[in-house]
Formats: sequence, C-alpha cells, structure tokens
Amino acid sequence: MEWIIASAIGMITATGVFLLLRPRTFPVILGLVVLTYAVNLFVFSMGRLAVDQPAVIREDAIEYTDPLPQALVLTAIVISFGTTAFAVVLALRAYLESGDDHVDVWPSEDDGAEDAI
Amino acid sequence: MNHWLILPILIPAVTAPLLMITARFDMLLSRVFCVGANVAQVIVALILVQALSVSGPDTYDLGGWVAPYGIELTADLWTAMFLLLAAVLGVVVSIAAMDGEDERGRYFHALFLFQMMGINGAFLTGDLFNLFVFFEVMLLASYGLMVHGGGTGRLRAGVQFVVINLVGSTLFLIGVSLVYGACGSLNLQDVAARAAAIPLGNQNAMLTGIALMIGVFAVKSAVVPFHVWLPATYREGPPIVTALFSVTSKVGVYAILRLGLALEMWDVESPFHVIAWWMMPLALATSIIGGLGALGSKRLGEMAGYAVIASMGTILIGVAVATREALVAAHYYLLHSTLAGAGLFLIVALVQENRGQARDAIRPAAWKRRSGLIGSGYFCAAVAMVGLPPLSGFIGKILLLSSLSDSPWWLWSWSVVLGTSLLMLVGMTRSGIIVFWSSESTEASPRRGPRGVLTLVAVGCLAAILIAMTISAAAFLQFLDQAIGHLLKLAS
Repeated sequence: MEWIIASAIGMITATGVFLLLRPRTFPVILGLVVLTYAVNLFVFSMGRLAVDQPAVIREDAIEYTDPLPQALVLTAIVISFGTTAFAVVLALRAYLESGDDHVDVWPSEDDGAEDAI
Repeated sequence: MNHWLILPILIPAVTAPLLMITARFDMLLSRVFCVGANVAQVIVALILVQALSVSGPDTYDLGGWVAPYGIELTADLWTAMFLLLAAVLGVVVSIAAMDGEDERGRYFHALFLFQMMGINGAFLTGDLFNLFVFFEVMLLASYGLMVHGGGTGRLRAGVQFVVINLVGSTLFLIGVSLVYGACGSLNLQDVAARAAAIPLGNQNAMLTGIALMIGVFAVKSAVVPFHVWLPATYREGPPIVTALFSVTSKVGVYAILRLGLALEMWDVESPFHVIAWWMMPLALATSIIGGLGALGSKRLGEMAGYAVIASMGTILIGVAVATREALVAAHYYLLHSTLAGAGLFLIVALVQENRGQARDAIRPAAWKRRSGLIGSGYFCAAVAMVGLPPLSGFIGKILLLSSLSDSPWWLWSWSVVLGTSLLMLVGMTRSGIIVFWSSESTEASPRRGPRGVLTLVAVGCLAAILIAMTISAAAFLQFLDQAIGHLLKLAS
C-alpha cells in the first residue's frame, strides 16, 4: 500500500516536472495540473494511510483516519483549481496577443523598438 | 483576545467584494472606497501599535476555537509594524493609481484590496496552512494586478510570473504537509514545541519540510538563486503595481523570520541550523547580483527591480546574523528600502507616462512633457535606494555594518554591502544621466508640466516619511528595538 502510493506520487511528480520544463505554455500548464495532483495525494498521505477507518468520532471505532489532511486537500484542490483556470486564461491571452506560445520573454519586445537609435 | 486584530483582514475582505458588486462602473466610488479602506487600515494599524506596545504579544482565536485545534491569529509589536508599513504603502500607492492607471482595466481596486488582505493575513496568521491560504490570496490578486492593462510583453512576463509562483505554491504545500506528517500539527507555536521533541536522527522529514517552506519564502523575496522571476516582472509590470509589490516581497522576509525564530534556527545546536547557515552566502550573492543587474539594465523598471533585489540582500545579511542589533538595523533598513523602492517605481511610472515612445528605456530619447520635478524625484529616490547621506538608507546601512562587526562574516558583508552600494551608485547615475539629461536632442520642444500630479504627490509623501525617519531616527530605533524585543520574546 505505502509502496504503491509512494511510487504513484513519484511518477506523477516526475511527469509534472517534465511537462513543466517544456518550452511552450500548454504543456507547462498541464505540468502544473499534474503536479498539483501529485501534491494533493501527498498531502493526503501525510495523515498516514489507514484502510476502512472512519474519519469522524464513532462509539464503535477502534482506530481513525486523520481527518485534517482531508480538509487541507479540499482547500488545496479549490485553490489550485482557481489558479489553474487563471493560468489557462492568461496563457491564452498571451498567445492571442503575441501570436506565439513560447514561455520565454524577450526583453525590449514592448520597448518601442521602431524608435531605437 | 483583542478584537482589533482581525480588522486588517476584515476591512479589505469586506470592501473588495462590495466594490466588485456595486461600484464596478463607477470610478469615483471605487477610488473613494479603495483609498478609504487603506486609510482605515492605517488607523487600525496605529491602534494596534499602540495597544500591543502596552499589552505585549496577543492572540486571537478564530471562532473561539483554542489553538492548536483552531486557527489563531498572533500579533506583537513587530507584526503591527509590518501592518502599518503595508497600510501606509497601500494609501500612497492607491493615491498614485488615481492618475489613470486604475482605468486601464477593470477591478483594479478590488484586486488591490484583495492583495492588501492577503498581505495582512500573512502577517497575522499563526497557522502554517492558513499562511499558505493567505499567500494564495495575495498571489492571486498579484497575478491580476501584474497583467493589469495588458500588452504583449506584460502578458508574456505575466505567464512566467504565474507559473513560477504556482510551482512555489506547490512546494509550499509539500513543505506544509511534510511538517504536518512529521509532527502532527500546523499551529506555529505547537509545531515549534513538537519539533523540539522529535528524537535526533528522525528530523529529516521535518527539516525537508521547513527547508522547502523557507525556499518558497525566498522565492517571494527574490533571494538568489530564486530571483529569476523578478527582473522580467518588474520590467514589464505596471510600475504603480510594482510599487505595491515592494511590500509583498517583504512578506517573504517576515515569514522566514517568523518560522525561523519559532524553530530556533539560528541556534547552532538546532537541527535546522543548516538552513540558517546558508542564509548568509545567499544574502551576499543576492546583494551582488542586484548591484550588477542595476548596472546592466536596459529599462528603468528593470533597474528598480534589481535595486529591490540588492536591498533585499542587505536586509537578509542582517537577518542571517539575527542578533538583536543586526535585526533592529535590518528592520530599519527594511522600512526604509520598502518606501524608497516604492518611490523609485512611482518615478518609473511618471517617466513612462511623460516620455515618448521610448517609455522607460535607458537610452537617449525625446520627452513628450518635461518637468524638473520628475528628475528631482528620481534623484531623491536614487539617493535613498543607494543609501547615501542625508537620507535614511545611509543610517540603515551604517547601523547594519556596525552591528556586524563581531560576526565571523564581517569582512565579507562589509565589502559586499559597500561594493554593492558603489555598483548601484554607478548604475543609477548612468541611467539618470541618459534618461534625464541626454534627451534634449528633439526638434519638437516638449510641453511643460508633467502628467501624473497625484503620483508626484505620492512620491512627495514617501520622501516626507523618509525624511521623518532620518530626522527622528533615534525614536524610530527605540520603537524598532521594542518591536524586535517582542519578536525575540525578550522582556522589553
């Protein structure tokens, strides 16, 4: 169980980092999304893995799974959802305005180059 | 349990949505509410400074849940000082924005207030996950503000800014969850207590988590090698907004100190001491890179960005030593450099507004409207930023250098601080000469009288504060000494 979760998080993170290092915005944003999946799983697993255990107090329960990371994951998911949506819109606008979806910024692009000496 | 503590978060949190709902199309109403909310924050911050200097550190349990089960806000005089700094800058920048920057895109005022909410929340919170949430509030607002007004270069730089900060948030989350996994708590005081109880040799998860979080704070405060996002952002972003960002980057320093001192990172015996050890070399590198960058910039905004990096290095040199004297000096310099940096960015805004096609490029070009006031403003801001007498930057640097004299790093830090000042002096003189003096070679004579009167007023306000800091330096230092005493939990 631990082994499966750990290697899954590792593989998802590796995929995310690979995509993040691509030169164009679309793969980069996909990489961010994949990376947040990995992080959500990671946050979740930091409450220790427990199978078939209740998260709320019950009289007949002997052991519990930690409810706090679940609440944290929920917050993290909402935040990453919002930021991803923003990143997509921003990347799209940058692409439409400049006609190019490279991540690099070239200095003096907006510099009034026609005015240069 | 002082109810004033929650107000710096509540005021912008209530005003901003209200603005979005009711005042979207009414510029006058938006401006009044935005400036009004910022003035209210200054008043609240002043009340907090007064109250906390009498009562000492205070906490506020949200919803009545006692920490560590609930989330608590913690504040001492040191926190109140940062709240006051942010609020004062908020007022000044929101006045400057009324010159027309706020009309270039919608929701400027709401975003501005959300940014203030995030900054204030990050200062006040005593819970690590809550700190993450407030960082996100601050960052989301700053994404919107950074691309405010649009334009190709700005949007492309915005993509980089957003991506780097999103990766930072991801690492922050990993760090927070590692800390939770290692010690089972998120309340800062509780984490510190439990971290001390973790047996030696089992500290690795905790150490990794803390290191990741400090790394993210270093990204925020543009410490080398995490500074790469800053020059492009400050070059392309709207200068009015980057003026506000000069306090956002101080949130990183604040969080480093808050977390580091709670965990006693500067104690040689501490398992986290390795992080504190790295701070000094990185601070020195930050100063040098900032100075060199200021020397080689092609745009005034970029140069101001590198000047902010250099001043951040100087602040961190004091933070890395973390004796009481060094921290007092570093905070005096922090207050000064935040205000001076904001002033420099406001000058960049004026230059962009009043120069022709070339905007703020550092090359000879024609001016559309001329005014000696802009040039004089640049001169004052440059003197302040470099740290020349008579302004307060000089006092800050002298204090810092003298507080370092018995540190093992004194030779390094002295030569780096002084060398960086020289580099910045050369860089800023060069840009000033090119932008303000080599620009007369135009056939059409420029009109007199600058655009952006309110921005000039804002620069004047900042200059007045800097002069007040210089004249009553003793009173400021006494106040800072008390604040740092709260921070270090000494009896004061």
